Amino acid sequence: MAREMMYGDAIAAAIIEEMQRDPNVVFYGQNMAMTERDPMLKRFGKERVRIAPISETAEIGIGIGAAMTGLRPIVELWMSEFMLVAFDQVINEAPRFRYMSGGQVSVPVVLKAGYGFCAGWAGQHSNCIYHTMMGIPGLKVVVPSTPADAKGLMAAAIRDDNPVVYLHPYMLTLDKGEVPEGEYLVPIGVADIKRSGSDVTVVAVGWMVTKALAAAEKLAGEGISVEVVDPRTLAPLDVKTIVESVKRTGRVVLVDQAPRHSSAAAVMAGEIAEHAFGSLRAPLRMVTALDAPIPYSEPLENFVVPNEEKIVQAVRSVMAHKAVAA
Amino acid sequence: MPRKTVKKSSAAVTKVDKTQLQQMYTQMVRIREFEEAVKRTFIEHPGVIRGHAHLGDGAEASIVGALSTRRAADFVMPSYRCHGYPIVLGTPLRKMMAEVFGRKDGLCQGFGGSMHLADPSRHFPGTSGIIGQSIAHATGAALTAQVKKKGQIVYCFFGDGASKQGAFFESLNMAAVWKLPIVYVLENNQYQAYTHFSLEDANAMAGDPLSKKADAFSIPGTTVDGTDPVAVLKVVVKAADRARSGKGPSLVETRFYRLSAHGNVITVPPLPTQFPEHEAIAVYGNKKEFQQWKAKDPVARFRARLLKDRVLTEASANRIESGARAEVDDAVQFALASPAPAPEEALKYVFA
Repeated sequence: MAREMMYGDAIAAAIIEEMQRDPNVVFYGQNMAMTERDPMLKRFGKERVRIAPISETAEIGIGIGAAMTGLRPIVELWMSEFMLVAFDQVINEAPRFRYMSGGQVSVPVVLKAGYGFCAGWAGQHSNCIYHTMMGIPGLKVVVPSTPADAKGLMAAAIRDDNPVVYLHPYMLTLDKGEVPEGEYLVPIGVADIKRSGSDVTVVAVGWMVTKALAAAEKLAGEGISVEVVDPRTLAPLDVKTIVESVKRTGRVVLVDQAPRHSSAAAVMAGEIAEHAFGSLRAPLRMVTALDAPIPYSEPLENFVVPNEEKIVQAVRSVMAHKAVAA
Repeated sequence: MPRKTVKKSSAAVTKVDKTQLQQMYTQMVRIREFEEAVKRTFIEHPGVIRGHAHLGDGAEASIVGALSTRRAADFVMPSYRCHGYPIVLGTPLRKMMAEVFGRKDGLCQGFGGSMHLADPSRHFPGTSGIIGQSIAHATGAALTAQVKKKGQIVYCFFGDGASKQGAFFESLNMAAVWKLPIVYVLENNQYQAYTHFSLEDANAMAGDPLSKKADAFSIPGTTVDGTDPVAVLKVVVKAADRARSGKGPSLVETRFYRLSAHGNVITVPPLPTQFPEHEAIAVYGNKKEFQQWKAKDPVARFRARLLKDRVLTEASANRIESGARAEVDDAVQFALASPAPAPEEALKYVFA
């Protein structure tokens, strides 16, 4: 059974279902559960649903310590950039304890944050910082792009015994989609082919998946068959699915809302160059944010961030590339 | 004048029973012997200990006094200067020394080393080498204790340097807001790595004890002579009772003196590393200060007091000391004989 749901509600559904299933799951963050009317608070009580002060280091650090000792905390951080004030905890604490202890402890904490809020939030609240968390052994990073994935990956993140950074694109919050009811898990580390195609692979991250699907639809009208791959998890990255798709199509465009050199696309480009070089019929293309902070004014913002048209043009250019005779 | 400053444990010896006092002395001696063996390793077996090792000699009274109030299921979460605590909790010294030596039979199979001992089977979940950050983790353990309602509390230990970190202020505020069952033991060993605390602490500069920081969170703050294990016990037991009864956190400053340097010198291989002189001498040229505190050595002082109070005899004290020495010698031999981990093990514990 499935029903139509908004992306934001799908995340909440997963949290509620997991909190019902497992009494060790606790949920806290700033500006939540402030009044008795809060539905989560009503359901689960003040022990398990808590308001936190503006103290990211303590919020995340407490999540880590609680996870080390038997709880499964979900820390609501609201915006991914807020993690930057506590990055030691994210990068150099949470993923280290299992390893440093020789496998004796685990840290099943979920750090939940929205990202990439391109709605006039300007330079400090609109960014994509996942690249900095992709190369941290022991840390998982998920970026769901549909309501169903949002639910399934949240449930999987809560059940995972590792620290998981759960990043949801703010721009998708109101998007609707079919979401399975009841227990629904999307495995972490498994990419999803959101649209099959034969001419070119477009690998897109988060919000960009919807842009890539729109571009694919448009390009189908031009006779170009686009395969859209959604990694869903950035760490550990499902390199196999990406490489296999590129080997099938021989062409690839990587679409990422982050700036070029701090994008997940840059990491994928390296993997494709190493593992699918012989299959490429055209140089790969990266469609990323331009190398600028995110500006406030709308035309400026639109100029910096990737969009459907930029993807369409990149796909056309790789299709137009004349292969050099071997 | 500093308030709530406990200088002495007046008539304390009569109130803590003889067996417990003997046990406390034994634990203090075990810690001291272990730390001295680690220090000797730099000379006797150069190259065996890699990286940075931090010793707790001088902290014995603070560690043992505080943990004497502990119940078996309570969590103990110190910083990277972490050898003393698992010794008290009963972690085998063999496994501890093997970890310090980076061996396969180490507590963490050679993955953590001196700074990252962990023994979750004894409610010692692990330590962070980044100063102050573990205060937040300990506070998280207190969240677990509060939610699980098994009567557990947390003993969180950290140094004077860590009390200047944001993690300290954020954690104590949250612990006070949530009334978490935790005792924060601020071990003022007087030196933040190389800098004397009087040069970097606003309370100290104003002539106040560091426990004044508790006022910022409206929780009890007490400063106690950290060279006297019974005095520490008597202060910490109140803080532990408060935590156990659901009233929330307390801050206890135990003031003592680190008797070794912050850590072994930082050298680049293949240069051998060793322990330098204490910062008082090496950095400030203040031999007098060091000697004054050395004269207050908590282990020697407690021994003299227990002899005077007839809790120990010279013979029973010697037995405790030779027993600890033998235990530590055995641990060193075990660690030296333990094989190095297989290189490919390195990928074993990245993910759960």
